[in-house]
Amino acid sequence: MGNITVRIPTPLRRLTSGQDRVGVDGGNLGEVIVALNASYPGIQARLCDDSGALRNFVNIYLNGEDVRFLQGLKTATKAGDEISIVPAVAGG
Amino acid sequence: MSYVKCLTCRECGNEYPVEPHHVCEFCFGPLEVSYDYDAIARDISRDTIAKGPLSMWRYWQLLPADLNKGGVDMGTGYTPLVRAKNLGRLLGLNNLYVKNDSVNPSFSFKDRVVSVATNKALEFEFEVLACASTGNLAGAVAAHGAKAGMKTMVFFPADLEKGKIIGAAIYGATLVAVDGTYDQVNRLCSELADNHRWAFVNINMRPYYAEGSKTLGYEVAEQLGWRAPDRCIVPAASGSLYTKIWKGFKEMGDVGLIEKPNTKMHLAQAAGCSPIVEAYGQGSLHVRPVKPNTIAKSLAIGNPADGFYALKTASATKGSCLAVPEPEVVEGIRLLAETEGIFTETAGGVVISALRILAKQGIIHPDEVTVAYVTGNGLKTLEAVESVVNPIHTTPDYATFQKALAAR
Repeated sequence: MGNITVRIPTPLRRLTSGQDRVGVDGGNLGEVIVALNASYPGIQARLCDDSGALRNFVNIYLNGEDVRFLQGLKTATKAGDEISIVPAVAGG
Repeated sequence: MSYVKCLTCRECGNEYPVEPHHVCEFCFGPLEVSYDYDAIARDISRDTIAKGPLSMWRYWQLLPADLNKGGVDMGTGYTPLVRAKNLGRLLGLNNLYVKNDSVNPSFSFKDRVVSVATNKALEFEFEVLACASTGNLAGAVAAHGAKAGMKTMVFFPADLEKGKIIGAAIYGATLVAVDGTYDQVNRLCSELADNHRWAFVNINMRPYYAEGSKTLGYEVAEQLGWRAPDRCIVPAASGSLYTKIWKGFKEMGDVGLIEKPNTKMHLAQAAGCSPIVEAYGQGSLHVRPVKPNTIAKSLAIGNPADGFYALKTASATKGSCLAVPEPEVVEGIRLLAETEGIFTETAGGVVISALRILAKQGIIHPDEVTVAYVTGNGLKTLEAVESVVNPIHTTPDYATFQKALAAR
């Protein structure tokens, strides 16, 4: 079990055997996603498009902050961090 | 019967059964309801609609819930389309209309989306109706939940206007005030929706919910004598309403109720939270989220889920997206109240000020049939306009009053 907690939303839980949170390691968000994919093959293609960028409708939060306000996939991560993957939703 | 075929991913086209799901498992794209339009075109007509109820459910064939088997209709929709002669004269517009949707059961257009979501939630046998809200949605969920006999949970940013909080509490809803922005409330609710069997109208019920907004297109076309307007001005938070009004016009054309629409769609945001307008200005389809700082709290979504589709709609219809300077929000509220006698909340102020800008710039031709959408009631955001109160103060004495009046 890695030191960074990633919360997995329902649409991805088939890839994580139903687990709603998993642990991985990585020095930045991009590395975390690569590590996730090593343990749960296929997950990277769900989150990133063919060019490697985060898909349009995927929101990723590091300790509650949208990574688009940080450095995106280059955002540094460390032990104890919590990452949430959240699909876009409507509202008002 | 229902004319719904399935849910379809708007991005990759994968199809899903009609269930409480909102996200494509493959690409994370939003799911949308697909209909059998051939069957609808065969069965729907201006006559069948005219014989329907005086509510949004008169267009039931084009909605994803079927009330013929029961369900809840609070009389949402079929709101007035007002010929705005006074405001039009001031702006140099000869065919200006205001769609006054502030007179719905809980006083905003959100009753339309919640009406569909509630009936769908009943069909899926949920016992709890919930939402993340910038205010209007909370009231609509609380009211519909009360009528449907469901428990309701409404989540909102703790700094919300008092009128909107009370306007949800009165129906017996469980209120959850979250220390954070709407986008943070939404993230919390997304995670809750994954682990609780609650019908979050704007999350797991979203594909059905969003369809309710189409009725704001249908009604306007019917009320104009079965034609789409030349231009619409629509407020935007997530961008869903704006795209769905256009979808409503297009569908009416597709099933033969009106001529193919040629409406130019204008999207309005307040300058303090205008991520869609910023992307439009940069010629981009990718919205960069912002941290909202606007008086128009009902539009304060920094991470608009339908921004991408809103931008596509603006370009497909040759419309535009524009931001209104913050001080002009209240000016817009006052202008509409003083000319047409309609008291709208801040989102309506954004729309009227955007209308004024478009008229001033000569973008709207004076004879074009133009519809400004007013989607919420002014009594919900009294704080925004408190400065208008400046009474003549007097004792109950004739001479004192005359003196005070003369001094004004």
